[in-house]
Amino acid sequence: MRAYLPDYDLRAPKTLGDALDLLATDPGVWRAFAGGTDLMVLLEFGALRHRNFLSIRHLPELRGIEITPEHVTLGALTTYTEIQRDADVQREFPLLCAAARETGGIAIQNRGTLGGNVVNASPAADSPPALLVYDAELELVSASGARRIAYRDFHTGYKQMDMRADELLWRIRLPRTTGDLKTYYRKVGTRKAQAISKVCFAAGARLGGDGRIRDARIGLGSVAPTVMRCARTEDMLRDRTPDEATIKAARAMLAQEIAPIDDMRSTAEYRARVAANLLADFLSTLKTDGGASDIAKERV
Amino acid sequence: MSADTARRVDVACTVNGTPQTLRVLPMARLLDVLREDLGLTGTKEGCGEGECGACSVLVDGELVNSCLVPVLQVEGASIKTIEGVAGEAELHAVQQAFIECGGAQCGICTPGMILAAMSLLEENAHPTDADIRHGLAGNLCRCTGYMKIFDAVVRACERAGVKA
Repeated sequence: MRAYLPDYDLRAPKTLGDALDLLATDPGVWRAFAGGTDLMVLLEFGALRHRNFLSIRHLPELRGIEITPEHVTLGALTTYTEIQRDADVQREFPLLCAAARETGGIAIQNRGTLGGNVVNASPAADSPPALLVYDAELELVSASGARRIAYRDFHTGYKQMDMRADELLWRIRLPRTTGDLKTYYRKVGTRKAQAISKVCFAAGARLGGDGRIRDARIGLGSVAPTVMRCARTEDMLRDRTPDEATIKAARAMLAQEIAPIDDMRSTAEYRARVAANLLADFLSTLKTDGGASDIAKERV
Repeated sequence: MSADTARRVDVACTVNGTPQTLRVLPMARLLDVLREDLGLTGTKEGCGEGECGACSVLVDGELVNSCLVPVLQVEGASIKTIEGVAGEAELHAVQQAFIECGGAQCGICTPGMILAAMSLLEENAHPTDADIRHGLAGNLCRCTGYMKIFDAVVRACERAGVKA
């Protein structure tokens, strides 16, 4: 059933300060509204339970991509289109670009924001697995100041976040230490475009001169109550060569680490099988790839 | 005063070149305001959840799903719908190509498809087949099988002076 529109308020505070003051004065009453690509879907289905929103799209403090020697920092309102167009992000963070390119179609990419994808907190979101691989940090801002948190600690349960009602996601900060990772991104959905993921897999690794894995990073979506870094599988891979025995052991470890469910989009069994297959494919590229450059996988 | 009246705000924007001040509920979908308040029924509703692209319009030159845009967010913006695409005397090159190539059948997806194609050509005047498929991937068609739509986009770019 469609929502009754007069029940909903949407205001556009003139400045970031005004927005933060409103959030602080009436904690829990107002919620941020960015590109609307998730919230408007709920509205149309009559499932948008919260009623009062602050449109933040026009606030310049939440936009833009800033480069310093140590970090690339993306404003929370950076759109998927802006991510794909930025030359520095393309070069250093190919997983994020691959995720942006495969989130929705062009119209969604023009409107949807990276920060919205993070705080919508869907376990099936496409950019978080990439952010996890890159050890992203979030900067949250409120009327009482700003704080920084590692993204991997941000999602505390299904749709639960370490974020107060008076806080806004301000920026997403990526350390510029991953340019040499061999990367792999693969989203599996019902079709190539527009689909919501059945499984979303982002990974990166470095190999030592001896061909052993020095640093493996695996981010997965749609296989647990939150997007997740697969730390146990990563630990198991460290200092091993990416051979068949390693791949077999890694598949077994991943199966223990993830907790997929049956839902409208897929089954637990299919998700577990596909996640393991993608891990195996990623590790195979390390085996065969020698010193080749980054790979952002894009296959049907 | 009813809840409906109390909640309404003024939103000023330009639609197909004409300045408008709309007295609207802030969370109303741009799609509904275009169709019901302004009578611009060329913009179609398909899925209502951003999956099908039938409601695509251009906001400040960017392709958006008008079913996902609350009207408050177009304050100060310039909007182009299918009604604003043709010139005084002739169709836009993309529209003409859709006719010539059989790119329109039942017509529901066509306005969104044409705006998506215009947006694509504005970004990339010489798209490859893969670019066209990617650029139109957010627009569903249940009649044509897509090939005639892709043909129409190719024909439109072959013509000089294509500009969204």
